[in-house]
Amino acid sequence: MTSETLAAAVPAAPAGPHEFLYAQARWRWSEIAFWFATLLPFVLAPDYLVLASQVAITGLFALSLDLILGFSGIVSLGHAAYFGVGAYTAGLISVWGWGEPLTGLAAAGVAAGIVGYVTSFVIARFRHLALIMITLGFCLLLQEAANDANWLTGGFNGLQGVHTWRLLGIFDFDLYGYTAYAYALAGLFVIFLVARRIIHSPFGLALRGIRENSARMPAIGAPILSHIRTIYTIAAIIAGIAGAMLTQTTETVSLEALGFQRSADVLVMLIVGGTGRLYGGLIGAAVYMVARDQFSGLNPQYWYFWIGLLLIAIVMFLPNGILGGLELLARRLKVIS
Amino acid sequence: MQKLLCGLAGVALAFLGAGSASAQNSVKIGMINEYSGQFADTGAQIDHGVTLWMKQHGDTVAGKKIELIRKDTGGIAPDTAKRLAQEAIVRDHADILGAFSLTPNALAAADVSAQAKKFMVVMNAATSIITEKSPYIARTSSTTPQLNYTLGQWAAKNGIKTVYTMVSDYGPGIDAETWFQKGFKDNGGQVVGSVRFPVANPDFSSFVQAAKDKNPDAIYIWIPGGAQPAAVGKALAERGIDTKKTKILGQDALASETALKSMGDGALGIITVSDYDYNHQSPMNKEFVKAYNNEFHRNPDFFSIGGYDGAHLIYAALAKTGGKADGDSLIAAAKGMSWESPRGPIMIDPQTRDIVQTVYIRRVEKVGNELLNVEFASVPNVKDPAHGAKK
Amino acid sequence: MLPALGVLFDGAAYGMLLFLMSVGLSVTLGMMNFVNLAHCSFAMLGGYVTVTLMNAAGWPFLVTLPAAFVAGAVASIVLERIFFRRFYNSSELNQCLLTIGIVFVSIATAAYIYGTDQQPMQLPSYLQGSYHVAGVDLAVYRLFLIVVAALITALLMVTLESTRFGAQVRASVNNQRMARGLGIDVDRLFAFTFALGGGLAGLGGGLALPMLGLDPSFALTYLIYVLIVVAVGGLGSIAGSLAAAVLLGVADMAGKYYVPALGSVLIYLVMLAMIMWRPSGLFGRR
Repeated sequence: MTSETLAAAVPAAPAGPHEFLYAQARWRWSEIAFWFATLLPFVLAPDYLVLASQVAITGLFALSLDLILGFSGIVSLGHAAYFGVGAYTAGLISVWGWGEPLTGLAAAGVAAGIVGYVTSFVIARFRHLALIMITLGFCLLLQEAANDANWLTGGFNGLQGVHTWRLLGIFDFDLYGYTAYAYALAGLFVIFLVARRIIHSPFGLALRGIRENSARMPAIGAPILSHIRTIYTIAAIIAGIAGAMLTQTTETVSLEALGFQRSADVLVMLIVGGTGRLYGGLIGAAVYMVARDQFSGLNPQYWYFWIGLLLIAIVMFLPNGILGGLELLARRLKVIS
Repeated sequence: MQKLLCGLAGVALAFLGAGSASAQNSVKIGMINEYSGQFADTGAQIDHGVTLWMKQHGDTVAGKKIELIRKDTGGIAPDTAKRLAQEAIVRDHADILGAFSLTPNALAAADVSAQAKKFMVVMNAATSIITEKSPYIARTSSTTPQLNYTLGQWAAKNGIKTVYTMVSDYGPGIDAETWFQKGFKDNGGQVVGSVRFPVANPDFSSFVQAAKDKNPDAIYIWIPGGAQPAAVGKALAERGIDTKKTKILGQDALASETALKSMGDGALGIITVSDYDYNHQSPMNKEFVKAYNNEFHRNPDFFSIGGYDGAHLIYAALAKTGGKADGDSLIAAAKGMSWESPRGPIMIDPQTRDIVQTVYIRRVEKVGNELLNVEFASVPNVKDPAHGAKK
Repeated sequence: MLPALGVLFDGAAYGMLLFLMSVGLSVTLGMMNFVNLAHCSFAMLGGYVTVTLMNAAGWPFLVTLPAAFVAGAVASIVLERIFFRRFYNSSELNQCLLTIGIVFVSIATAAYIYGTDQQPMQLPSYLQGSYHVAGVDLAVYRLFLIVVAALITALLMVTLESTRFGAQVRASVNNQRMARGLGIDVDRLFAFTFALGGGLAGLGGGLALPMLGLDPSFALTYLIYVLIVVAVGGLGSIAGSLAAAVLLGVADMAGKYYVPALGSVLIYLVMLAMIMWRPSGLFGRR
């Protein structure tokens, strides 16, 4: 046996960590296809654009939850607090006379970010059930406070007088939802790019480390608390922007934006789609909201039943959500082919 | 760029218009209602009222077939309600929007009604400002000020000098408190104390105790329906409130059929204000109740009558316009319309498009073996006092 | 002074009711780490069983309560055998999704069978009214609740401390792997405990009827309060659940009487304070 054949018999050295991470960060054809598919409703389903815009907005909200839940392991049952802060900020600015949408988004993001930053100091210190209950408690408190401050928020009836100006001075938010969907989709895409960049960065890697084993992370010098605060604030900003978009496209905001129902719904959607995969929130939102709309149309009284069955089916047959199931399928197909 | 967009919108509209041309012979009503969730029972009663009317009067008016398109909001969800209203108009080509049990949902959909110029009939939601949000809205139920101002006024004029008010701490409750107190104070009464309790409050004993401490002539309670009336009744009984000495005043939900069943004899003597009760003694109502029971095996309530009269209004307006279903024609036809309903005479105010009706004061009494609301006083032609009132 | 006693009494009774509804969840969550958000569905089932037996079959209220317990227990075992046991090693999020799905199905089923209106029920006359003792009004039904809850707590404590079953439960809660290693059939134990917890929830639902009412959304409405009790009390601790429930009940009542403007907020504030002070709960470990 010559040394050449010996060398040939040894399998090639595995790709180094850099190559591995770069490979993960590359755009896959399935992602590109996904984003092209989001344009289809304009052509194939123009009657459903209002629903599509709300799916995009909820998808953005779910994405923000994925950043803290899927990638950092922070389970929150109160993420709607930031959605609501953003929603009311955009609404109030409009009521006070400034209805320009893009600056409204920025203001909402800032407001939600501030609230997120302040609460992150508490959130970062807890785990498990305590964390869940604290996030829940905070959201419930905020909703009560909003109800009490009905001179500001409009209370139960919701904030009246929200009027969104033309987008870029040209596009009116019309009855058919063209502008709404274009606006929501564009916002979602831009922020998605930002989130993607964050995840595929050293910071993002550190987050995943925290999710997997937070006890070990300090050993390699990662400042856990500061990282958690950062991602939590970012997630709050994004949630606030989503909330603002909802207010602007529907010209209405009420206490439901802050509610437990909203927090719970987005959590369900994220789990359905698959956590920790960036697209899980988007897919989950689309599937859940479209299913709900269709079931509700077919059977207005008992659609809960069918949604419940759908959830049970998903969890039984697709244990890592829809994306997890698709990944499994892709792996099986690769093995076969 | 704007022209391009208008052009696109125009093309889209043309497609939509082409779609609806084939459906010219029907008039669709988008029922934006709660068919699931906490408020599903209210939604069901409204729906029953509408379907009973349609059954009794056929589903054709002025040559047009009336179709109901049911959309479920699931509860308090203004963004959903608005979207459903939009979809009803854009996708399902609804000409009329109806139902609307909850104020936030009605307010959100009002924008759609105004923008799309569609006739909207509010069949339950009781906040005054709703009819002001779109010039195409008419209401066939009642408003909170209309009922509670009248009660306050009646109480002050009938020997009740001091009252302690307790209401649920949200829109309708605060509304009720404001207008009851106004009606009461405007007529010489004195409010000795008030409290607002949390909306989802299961236990009233602390609040009733606080009221008892003040020893008022009457305690005014406003709560939404559901589990709360029974809980209130229990708290009143536990704290030993004698309804003959301390009058208990409230709005219809406090003495609804289910509430009375749960409270039992403890409810005797409770005085409530309402626009309708199935025990209303008129021949028209007796027939209505009988027909309702035959169809749905339960008694109608004030939700049902809102739906029933809402359907009546739609039919009458369509008959008057000869089948023209655009918003301007229908609302013009609806203004000033008046008729005899199972609840009594009602009219759609031509200025405010809100309902003008007789308001009844009733007491819970035992009739035979049943606990019923027996009307003993009434005020005719009550308008909603909030429209145009200076805040 | 006197109103304070009344508030204390009322709060304790309300707390006892919450305890009954929550203790099952605390033990199963502490023992198997299984997040069962469908816990209040068992309570709802118990409530509907009580109402049906009373209104349709004319059973006296007290007799329906054991039936509510049995209904909750049976439903628990059935669901555990069919669904839950597949997910013991699954992630908590999956357990959440599964149990939420079950909650939705239960709500829709209840709405289908019973309609969405409140279920009316009348307490037997000997449980109505109140005793007037030294100037304080003590509602008879609340007294009844406290007595029943105290009895059950005593029973649970005795079972836990003095029986072999109890010892096995305590061992499994403390260290499941070790318990398995010692030959304890943890899975069967869990099924029993689950049944007991579900049964207690069912009983709680039946007892809650006069105080909290019953409609299909019960399964979701009271879930939050149950979660609060379990979190504040500490997973796997009966004493913790009792203490937390009574604390929350009294705080709720006291808040509503003395500072009504705070309303329901007080219960959340107390919860936040307690959890931040003791993240593992009053008597929890970890």
